[in-house]
Amino acid sequence: MSSKPAARPLSPHLQIWKWTLTMALSILHRASGVALVAGLLMVVWMLFAAASGPEAYDCFKGFATSILGQIMLLGWTGALFFHLFAGIRHLLMDMGYLLTIPQAEFAGKLIFLGAALMTALVWLV
Amino acid sequence: MAYKWEDTAFKGSLSRARGLGSARSGVEHWMHQKMTALANIPLVLWAVCSVAQLARADGGHQVVTSFFAQPFNAVMMTLFLISTLYHAVLGIQVVVEDYIHTESTKTVLLMLVKLLAFALGVAGIFSVLKMAL
Repeated sequence: MSSKPAARPLSPHLQIWKWTLTMALSILHRASGVALVAGLLMVVWMLFAAASGPEAYDCFKGFATSILGQIMLLGWTGALFFHLFAGIRHLLMDMGYLLTIPQAEFAGKLIFLGAALMTALVWLV
Repeated sequence: MAYKWEDTAFKGSLSRARGLGSARSGVEHWMHQKMTALANIPLVLWAVCSVAQLARADGGHQVVTSFFAQPFNAVMMTLFLISTLYHAVLGIQVVVEDYIHTESTKTVLLMLVKLLAFALGVAGIFSVLKMAL
């Protein structure tokens, strides 16, 4: 048995499976959840700084109003609304709704749209 | 000893098998996750409005201090912190258990996350109370 082994994939993975909307929703729900933890840290920092006095709060405000801080906050708002809407979809699925593929695709598009709209709303209004 | 069942050869078979299998608290974890998710919906909406309001307001920390001096805001923020931090811990626990298989790393990370979340909760609630009382 000295023939070269054929180059076969060991198990189906990202290069094999076709991307579906529900796949993207699922992994983005997880990724946004992890990203939101960073936002929680910032909220606690804000509270702690405000309770500590003017200098500490000015330090926080300096970071929050900086370019990096604003980008982080924008990303955080987007992640928040996405995770919120995707989470509501999960709760609805637990109750037995949105289980067929057309319903899931419709809900998925609503989630992306809703998250973008709400983020724009919060930031522009 | 990467996986828990690859323990030292000095252990007997029963000793090595102990602790493996179902954790038996899965449904409770799931239910707590869903309950905090439900509670988070109004709390998060309130928090986003409040943070946006505080960010727009000009002024130093007096704006934030007087905001949380109002009992409603203090209570809402406390509830928000408890619910979201617990929800986050439950979620991160699942993520860690999914991706990390080295037993020692997984254990340390899970403990770290839980302790950190508790510390953040205490810090946050203390700050809110300090501004409110």
